[in-house]
This record gives sequence, structure tokens and C-alpha cells, in this order.
Amino acid sequence: MAMDADAIKARIEAALPDAEVLMIDLAGDGDHWAARVTSAAFAGQSRIAQHKLVYAAIGADMGAALHALALQTFTPPTH
Amino acid sequence: MATSDRIRTLVTDNEIVVFMKGEPAAPKCGFSAGVVKVMEAIGRPYLGVDVLEDPFLREGLKAYSDWPTFPQVYVRGQFIGGCDIVREMYASGELQALFAAPAAGA
Repeated sequence: MAMDADAIKARIEAALPDAEVLMIDLAGDGDHWAARVTSAAFAGQSRIAQHKLVYAAIGADMGAALHALALQTFTPPTH
Repeated sequence: MATSDRIRTLVTDNEIVVFMKGEPAAPKCGFSAGVVKVMEAIGRPYLGVDVLEDPFLREGLKAYSDWPTFPQVYVRGQFIGGCDIVREMYASGELQALFAAPAAGA
């Protein structure tokens, strides 16, 4: 069981509509993903809180169908 | 003992606890292996706990830390993050700074 990049991206974008999501296939097997997520929703939040927002967007499949997701979170440049 | 009490005891009795897949000498997941590498670089004693050996602990931790994946790293009773955050903290020097001062009671 796995989740594909589009499904992961769609869930993040549904929860964080301004998010820019870049998915990277770490192992080339469609099952080990890294995501770079940029959203204004992360502003002023701790890194743990930022990652929790993304995990919450993915929902119950996080840690199950999607066994791991390397995550980097950013806020958009403010200039 | 309730699982949450077991977790609280583990993370307060040990300065650093890494809840991971596999043991530190033989991680069973790349992300767990990544945290072990960071811990080796830090050079501080830590307790590695294999959550694959204990499904109650594994599920209990997800609720305790409100975090869905492993590894999970605790420092002095506080959840500090998973592999990505710990790596970022090491890269930025924040993790080393946590151990710059002598541990309380040490």
C-alpha cells in the first residue's frame, strides 16, 4: 500500500490552500516521499506545529498507507 | 502501568530517548537510521527504544506526542521532533545548544 504524489499533494493543498508543494520521490519506488511545503499558515509556528499541520492535512493515512514523509516547511518570502 | 505513564517515565528518567524502528545498532527504517547518525554525532548517551517490538508503546506514543510517525526524539521529557526536525536542528546548531549546558542534576 502506498500513496502517490498527487494524492499527497492534493490533501495538503486542500487543507492549506495557499500551499506550494514540491514532491520528491526519494527512492524512485513511489513509496518514499519528501515534500517541501511553503505556506503562510506556518508563519509564527514552531517547526513541530508546522509539521503537525501537514500531517493533519494528510489525515489517518499518515503513518499507515504513507509510512513516512520527509518534510521541510517554509513560509513564503514577505518582500 | 498505563502506557502513557510508561512513556512519561521513560522520557523523564533518560535525558535523550529515541523511539525508533529497530535498534540503534540495526535501524529498520532510513529515517530512524538518520536520527541515530545525528545522535552519534552529538556523542551524548541516549536510550533507543524499538517501537516495532511493542505495539502498545507504538500506538501510545502517537497519542502521547500527537505525532503520527517514527522516529520520535525526546530531550529531557520534551518531544523535539522527528527525523527532519532533528536533522535541521543539528544543521543549525540548535540541537548542540541543547546540550551545551551541563544537564540538570548531572
